[in-house]
Amino acid sequence: MKFVDEFRTPELIGKAGEEIRRLADPSRHYRIMEVCGGHTHAIYRFGLKDLLPSNVELIHGPGCPVCVLPMGRIDDGLALAAQSDFIFAAFGDMMRVPGTHGSPLEYKARGMDVRIVYSPADALKLARNNPEKHVMFFAIGFETTAPSTALTLMRAKTEGLSNFSVFCNHVTIIPAIRAILDSPDMRLDGFVGPGHVSTVIGCRPYDWIAKDERKPVVVSGFEPLDILQSIVMLLRQLRKGEARVENQYKRVVPWEGNRAALRAMGEVFELRPYFEWRGLGFISQSALKIRPSYAQWDSEQRFTVPGVRVTDPKAAQCGEVLKGVLKPVQCKLFGRECTPEQPVGALMVSSEGSCAAYFNYEHRKPVTIATVAAN
Amino acid sequence: MATPAPKIRFREPQIEMAHGAGGKASRRLVEGLFAPLLFGSSQGPLGDAAHIQINGTRIAMTTDSFVVKPLRFPGGSIGELAINGTVNDLAVSGARAEAIVVTFVLEAGLPTDILEAEVRAMGQAAEDAGVMIAGGDTKVVEHGKADHMYVTTTGIGRLLSGVIISPQTVQPGDKVLLSGPIGDHGITILLARGDLDLEADLRSDTRSVFPLVQALVHQAGAGVRWMRDPTRGGVATSLNELARDSGCGIVLFEEKLPVRDSVRGACELLGLDPLHIANEGQFLAIVSSDHAESALQALRATPGGEEAVMIGEVREQPASAVLVTTLYGGSRLVDMLVGDPLPRIC
Amino acid sequence: MCLAIPGKIVELDAQNPLQAVVDVVGVRRKVDLGLLQDEPPVPGDWVLIHVGFAMSKISEADAADQMRTLTMLGEAEAAMEEVRGYGLEDKEPHSPGQGWKQ
Repeated sequence: MKFVDEFRTPELIGKAGEEIRRLADPSRHYRIMEVCGGHTHAIYRFGLKDLLPSNVELIHGPGCPVCVLPMGRIDDGLALAAQSDFIFAAFGDMMRVPGTHGSPLEYKARGMDVRIVYSPADALKLARNNPEKHVMFFAIGFETTAPSTALTLMRAKTEGLSNFSVFCNHVTIIPAIRAILDSPDMRLDGFVGPGHVSTVIGCRPYDWIAKDERKPVVVSGFEPLDILQSIVMLLRQLRKGEARVENQYKRVVPWEGNRAALRAMGEVFELRPYFEWRGLGFISQSALKIRPSYAQWDSEQRFTVPGVRVTDPKAAQCGEVLKGVLKPVQCKLFGRECTPEQPVGALMVSSEGSCAAYFNYEHRKPVTIATVAAN
Repeated sequence: MATPAPKIRFREPQIEMAHGAGGKASRRLVEGLFAPLLFGSSQGPLGDAAHIQINGTRIAMTTDSFVVKPLRFPGGSIGELAINGTVNDLAVSGARAEAIVVTFVLEAGLPTDILEAEVRAMGQAAEDAGVMIAGGDTKVVEHGKADHMYVTTTGIGRLLSGVIISPQTVQPGDKVLLSGPIGDHGITILLARGDLDLEADLRSDTRSVFPLVQALVHQAGAGVRWMRDPTRGGVATSLNELARDSGCGIVLFEEKLPVRDSVRGACELLGLDPLHIANEGQFLAIVSSDHAESALQALRATPGGEEAVMIGEVREQPASAVLVTTLYGGSRLVDMLVGDPLPRIC
Repeated sequence: MCLAIPGKIVELDAQNPLQAVVDVVGVRRKVDLGLLQDEPPVPGDWVLIHVGFAMSKISEADAADQMRTLTMLGEAEAAMEEVRGYGLEDKEPHSPGQGWKQ
């Protein structure tokens, strides 16, 4: 696969690993946060931690849109769609996320019409093909996905399609990073920046992290070589005491972002004054809602949302793991009451959640990589 | 002396799609509900087929049901799956399929020509596999209750001599052989549903693997420790079951895993792992190290086995788990399928 | 979901130039080009696909550039070490922990 396989070349990965070991000052312990859930997933899937020296630590950030969604919003979405002529449409990742009375898949087993879609455009197609039903698309995602939802809403409006609405849970990445940096428990040296969010928002939004917080940010791609090269670039800056924003993912990310995507978002969405994030609490100006001009296609403006706040089960430590304060294995429920098949929190369900990634790819691995490398 | 009442360990209040997916949920249902109530305490690890002794003759017996949607897809249909699936379950337990009985649950309103096409397909598949169809049963249910048709096949077979297949015989040093590329069937079905705007030049791999099994057993005899056909849940699920049953660790080499480009592309597009995708014409074999190379050559020399490959080996660590390693020294655990990303694929 | 995949545009929809078919190693998928309408891609271009929409064009030049940089990782250091090995810079014997390549 072009633009994929080259960035998985074993010899170059070995070289990058060596360069990291060479650059890492043995008297320092580096704490680097990868913000984006896709990076967390890639790090585990490719076993990249095995290649890093012990003094370069990767902390998983809150960039997993499923993981940060409070349970109350899932309950709200399911309650809305519980009407008999509704179709509840969402991405596959949402399907097993537990609400108070079950996950979307469990609701499906009890008779609700629940469909997996791979694109908001699929949800719109469902509405066109099922005129007697109302299709409610449960939208999640950061700025990577929001423009696609926006375009889909614009299309729905142009077509005058009346049996389609979006329950919008899009969130924005910068307030989440700010919340992390404001947290007293967090000491970080630098960031592996979200690669795909940046194709939309560009690299400028991270300037304040470098200028005000004095921490380097390297916007990174998702292949093993991308992530390793980004760590090399971060270590180079840290060795020289620099703090700049760099773009490692140049082949895809334009420094100024995608104007058409930002326009579409601006046309359809506005910022909510505040929104609750699982684990991070209420954050102002951190989430998107649909503008009054699109009220007819906004599930929340068109229908009544219960709006019940649901706190996480007390024993679950999703919040601290999300912020990177705790490692997944330090949560009391990890691997016991909370597993990928019977998840308590969303971090164990989503393929980008750090608990799921750790459990699926790492948890029972033998400690020494010598055993593994000797093949 | 009264036997203690069987203990039900299955605690879930309702049956979900995942319980039929072949992964962890399926295993919980079988081990937690069916096994205690039906199999008694003497039952060992559950295999693809049961071995029964009748008057000194060892025969193998197996059953399987097919609920695939859509009924027809590139490379085959429910008819072929129903015959090959049972022939293969017998083959990987070391037996030649001798006779199959078929049951149909048909939906009222099913056009006869659809039924006829499937029956023809079954007849042809049985002929190709050299197995007799000995009888069957038919039931019809109301419209809407059977999604065209559900098919169950039950087969018996005679065990090949010299074959002792058991997870207990698997030991560190043994090699893992795979008969050919993985993921073809599951992805073909997914694309055939037409829900995703995806197209690819892919066919289901449904076929009888008995000729390959026979060649393998002929070459390696008692060196063949264990076999399985990785259907629902894929290679990852089958090998995890083995790892659990044997207590050994299984290490797979990522660069050796045979996956067609289009299967890989579809998996990347959909966020799926080829190791979890169902196959209907492949099998896994654990072979002792002294026989592994010649066994591999024997497979490759048999028509249909040209793409056979050694994908890994058995080790002590990680115990009871499956690890995939990469050329650059990274590794990840791969677990049994959780949930069901691809329902109704076989 | 951050999942995004590179694909090559093989065909534009005759009725709607903002809809296209992309090829990802032999799998063809319909993709929406609406987010790239300011500079619409043409058949032969590579794009990054996320949830059925093209997010960005992929620059082959930048990718090749990056591969070159990656290939040279550590080589600049190796060249310098060779020069130092000529003994022109200082009189101390080189050993690990002296600050050269570990």
